[in-house]
Amino acid sequence: MAVKILPRPVRTTAVRARAPRRRRGPRTWLRGGGLSTLVFLSPLLVVFGFFSWGPIIQSVVMSVQETNLVTAATFVGLDNFAAVFADPLLWTAVRNTLWFALLALLLGYPVPLVAAVLISEVRGRRGLFAALAYLPVVVPPVVAVLLWKFFFDAGPHGVFNTILGAVGLGPAQWLQDADSAMPSLVLEATWAAAGGTMIIYLAALAAVPPELYEAAEIDGASVWRKVWHVTLPNLRNVLLVTFILQIIGTAQVFLEPFLFTGGGPAHATTTVLLLIYDYAFADSLGGDYGRATALSLLLAAVLAVFSAVYFRVTRSWSTS
Amino acid sequence: MSRGVISPAEWASPRVRRPLRVLQGVLLAALLVVGLGPMLWLAKAAVTPTQDTLRSPLAIFPHGIDLANLATAWTRVNIDKYFLNTVVMAAGSWLVQLVVATTAGYALAVLRPRYGKLVSGVVLATLFVPSIVLLVPLYLTVVRASMVNTFWAVWLPAGANAFNVVIVQRFFANLPREVFEAARVDGAGPFRVFWSVVLPMSRPIIGVVSVFAVVASWKDFLWPLLVLPDPAVQPLSVRLPALQRYVELDVFLAALAISSVIPIALFLVFQRLFLRGGALEGAVKG
Repeated sequence: MAVKILPRPVRTTAVRARAPRRRRGPRTWLRGGGLSTLVFLSPLLVVFGFFSWGPIIQSVVMSVQETNLVTAATFVGLDNFAAVFADPLLWTAVRNTLWFALLALLLGYPVPLVAAVLISEVRGRRGLFAALAYLPVVVPPVVAVLLWKFFFDAGPHGVFNTILGAVGLGPAQWLQDADSAMPSLVLEATWAAAGGTMIIYLAALAAVPPELYEAAEIDGASVWRKVWHVTLPNLRNVLLVTFILQIIGTAQVFLEPFLFTGGGPAHATTTVLLLIYDYAFADSLGGDYGRATALSLLLAAVLAVFSAVYFRVTRSWSTS
Repeated sequence: MSRGVISPAEWASPRVRRPLRVLQGVLLAALLVVGLGPMLWLAKAAVTPTQDTLRSPLAIFPHGIDLANLATAWTRVNIDKYFLNTVVMAAGSWLVQLVVATTAGYALAVLRPRYGKLVSGVVLATLFVPSIVLLVPLYLTVVRASMVNTFWAVWLPAGANAFNVVIVQRFFANLPREVFEAARVDGAGPFRVFWSVVLPMSRPIIGVVSVFAVVASWKDFLWPLLVLPDPAVQPLSVRLPALQRYVELDVFLAALAISSVIPIALFLVFQRLFLRGGALEGAVKG
């Protein structure tokens, strides 16, 4: 596609010869600034062509090929997809990813909303609240994970275990135990991401027309009823979007399991993305690139179908 | 000032104000502990001897301060080198993103060629493709172009950022066209209009794109891990997990603290840009 948009003036002549219905010739095109427009567009076309559009098309091709860095790629049909489904780890990874997404939703979806509603009522120091909540978002994720890894130390002198010990609990196993490893990852991931969602809600809250609250007050609505019948309905569209964005984001969780646990203990935190990484890059001799792209396409397809269904279903809700 | 849920009359009543004040106080305390706490702890641990951090992690300097950790991390563990690599990586990504986004935004929003809608559409479409789909083919593209272990492998793909193009294009489209027309009447060509009229009028959006480009590059981990296997060119984010294995704990925590200084400082200085830009991100993704 990108190539077609990029005709040099010389080539346009050929196009024009074949299709005379075009009235504007290359000369008028040139004089009208067509060339300088192309010059301005060329960084976008080159960069997106090579590093975005090209690889997207390539991923579809590679999913039906056996690719390595030494010999030419060969067509293998759906073998890569069959190999993905034959891997017993796939279902473990899918289950773990769903578990992560569910926990992240339970913990991470209500917290920013409640915080944003409370902060938007602060008089005076609203900026301080917002800045404190957003601070974890700007901490480099690798630093955050390595720091929390130390906090999660399972010994009695670990940071979190010291805090638990102060109130007579613990010591907890955190990352060491197959049952508590995933919730621990979710705890850190929520800490790192909640501030970003919160400022989206804060912006949406500021856009709620004050007349709606005034109208509700004339009808004698209490504070709680105003939140329930005015604030939340006005945030509905934003809430619907942040929900699907969170699902799409958590379905692609990589950094936390990769750096915290490497997928362990006993594959309890192996996620789909970790599996893709392992297929492609875990073997230093050059990995199973075909199988990795097949699995990433499958994941993208599942997410696309889910989003389409989600927007179809929720559209009927928002017409009320 | 616009009002929220609480009306001035309700705010005057102690039955509403008191519980709300209490809730907000609790929230502020929670934000201080949860948001600021870990980073304050890191700042403390960076200058605390290893044994103190291990035995009583929550005590504040039981046996004094050890400033040597920072110096050791900076010089002996070569954090200075990785820091410089991170700066170079971020600066290049910033420049490439800015060039691509502003030139494309100018072409699509101001010059408006007939095929502009098609280009915008294809750029916008990439927002809906999860980045994981690109990972392996992009890696192979970079390998085949022999860009592995060069910063170009990070800089150029960073430019293919549809979000930047969309927000810059929107901003340029809202600039008053009469100004461009006036410049054109005065004899300015498209390059002159871009450089002397559009760019100077676009400081706010250039600020948003810049801040996000630098911070995103500072945060990036997986991509530089793949395309920069040589430790000599690796940024901090890639090097830190490897360092953990052979560096003493106090020095390692000092290295973590050093790695967070730049993004946190940028945030403190450009708070408004961050908070506005973050909300913008939500608006565009929606």
